[in-house]
Amino acid sequence: MTVLSLACTLKRPFGIIDISHDIELEGITALFGSNGSGKTTLLRMIAGLEPKATGLIKLDNIVWQNDTHFIPPHKRNTALVFQDARLFAHKTVQQNLEFAEKRANKNNSQITLSEIIEAFSLASFLNKKPNTLSGGERQRIAIARALLSRPKLLLMDEPLSALDVKHRASVMAFIQTIPQKFGIPVLYVSHSIDEVAKLAKKLILIDSGKIVATGPTARILARLDLPNLTGRFEASALISGSIGPSDDKYSLTSIDIGGQFITVPQLALGSGQNIDLRIRARDVAIATTKPTNLSIRNILNATITQIAPEPDSAFAEIQLCVCDQFLRTRLTRASVDDLSLKEGMQVFALIKSIAIDRRMEKVRPNK
Amino acid sequence: MDYQAIWLTIKLASLTTVLLLVLAMPLAWWLAFSRSAFKPIVEAVTALPLILPPTVLGFYFLILLGPNQGLGKWWFELTGSTLTFSFSGLVIASMVYSLPFVVQPLSNAFASMGTKPLEEAANLGAGPIDRFFTIALPQSKRGILTAAVLGFAHTVGEFGVVLMVGGNIPGKTRVISISIFENVETLNFTNAHMMSAALLAFSFLVLLIVFTLNHRFPVFGSTKNGGDK
Repeated sequence: MTVLSLACTLKRPFGIIDISHDIELEGITALFGSNGSGKTTLLRMIAGLEPKATGLIKLDNIVWQNDTHFIPPHKRNTALVFQDARLFAHKTVQQNLEFAEKRANKNNSQITLSEIIEAFSLASFLNKKPNTLSGGERQRIAIARALLSRPKLLLMDEPLSALDVKHRASVMAFIQTIPQKFGIPVLYVSHSIDEVAKLAKKLILIDSGKIVATGPTARILARLDLPNLTGRFEASALISGSIGPSDDKYSLTSIDIGGQFITVPQLALGSGQNIDLRIRARDVAIATTKPTNLSIRNILNATITQIAPEPDSAFAEIQLCVCDQFLRTRLTRASVDDLSLKEGMQVFALIKSIAIDRRMEKVRPNK
Repeated sequence: MDYQAIWLTIKLASLTTVLLLVLAMPLAWWLAFSRSAFKPIVEAVTALPLILPPTVLGFYFLILLGPNQGLGKWWFELTGSTLTFSFSGLVIASMVYSLPFVVQPLSNAFASMGTKPLEEAANLGAGPIDRFFTIALPQSKRGILTAAVLGFAHTVGEFGVVLMVGGNIPGKTRVISISIFENVETLNFTNAHMMSAALLAFSFLVLLIVFTLNHRFPVFGSTKNGGDK
């Protein structure tokens, strides 16, 4: 496993970035935070584009900078994919790709031009100039070009933010396959909980230039003490499970989340395949007795693990444990008192709707 | 027609332009990207030749290039000839005189390219020199062309500085503008007419090229269509 060691500082006009952390890079790691939290600047520091950054940055045992040395960006084994693609306007797509290939570190993984053209379906674009392409196409080429420079670490700065919804899904599918296909870990900056939940197994939460939490994405998302960072409205939990029996008559599929089942509209996935479900706090309700005569089908046994009332509002955030995984919900404080909800109490979690995040490295979306 | 003067003018303007393009490039680069506190001072000094009367410039050059001190003395000891009233002296003076006309289009071109393509190139493994030749120069093609045309044209049109520094030596320092002045002084109006008309046509043509370059010539893509750099 690759480890990125950071103990670096940078003064900016609107605050200091001060990071001290060893990041174990495996697959896609998300660097998540609100706008202005410093996540993009941190990415630039790692890439060597912030010469005023001080302190230590090293990848495994290669020191990129310390108090006496500063390796310039072109000698660091990283490639950064910017929000705005940044294809060279005076070169064709092919020349853009060749620019990276010619300067690639020959000792690193052997990613070849033809392999990349194939993987990213770029054959029909090769002779075009960047300004004739759509945003999604440009971003795809930018990612392809970054891979061709054979980095040891791929940095991505909100690569989907400039794209419309349609292109976003296709580029996201490409990004998802990178660690497995090319053996390159990805550090992915985003402020979209949706992207992070879909792409990253591991999350680093950054606020005001500091790391405030790190861990598996599902665990971080379930934490109640970080509401402002993920946003109350989008607050949600990730539950992973495997495909269980299917009910053809009603077109439903059950998902085994570790002893209990969640039913969703039928999925064309084989039994036993892994799947992630994202369940938003606002879609979960609580009952103290098992409700009957109710249209909601997904009713799970749960334990209340944490109640965090918000003193200035009508609401309280509640964390539930279901089969060793976490759900979160948002109730009024009045409901919490009326039902006498307490931490440790056994309750029923009623789930109104579910977003499904398929793991695309294992499953092709069938639409 | 004073063909000797025309040839000398072309030689002077070409040499000045080539030397200026090379020497002004680092200065233009610095002006485009530096955030130094000294930048306004350097900008002002670079723009001085736009405002100073050529006679003032010429006067200082006469002193600087004279064989008794500074650059002129060093040159005299090195080569045995003076810089004043020589073609070499004219080239040096012309370079200063036309400096703003070359530096400003270059600097504007670099600034409008911005740091983004350079960062991207660095990110893909291109070192500083590599970046300059493979990214900065091709992306600033239009600015370089404008700088060359303006630098050449402005040198062709110089009069006061040449008169002060170079005088009026046929084949050595008598350029077109001096030749026209000489013809008028000696009441040789036919020659003066012909050469003036030629210079007028040349100047118009140059400006036409510059404006066409600025408006129409698609060097690559078009920034109007929002192509990324």
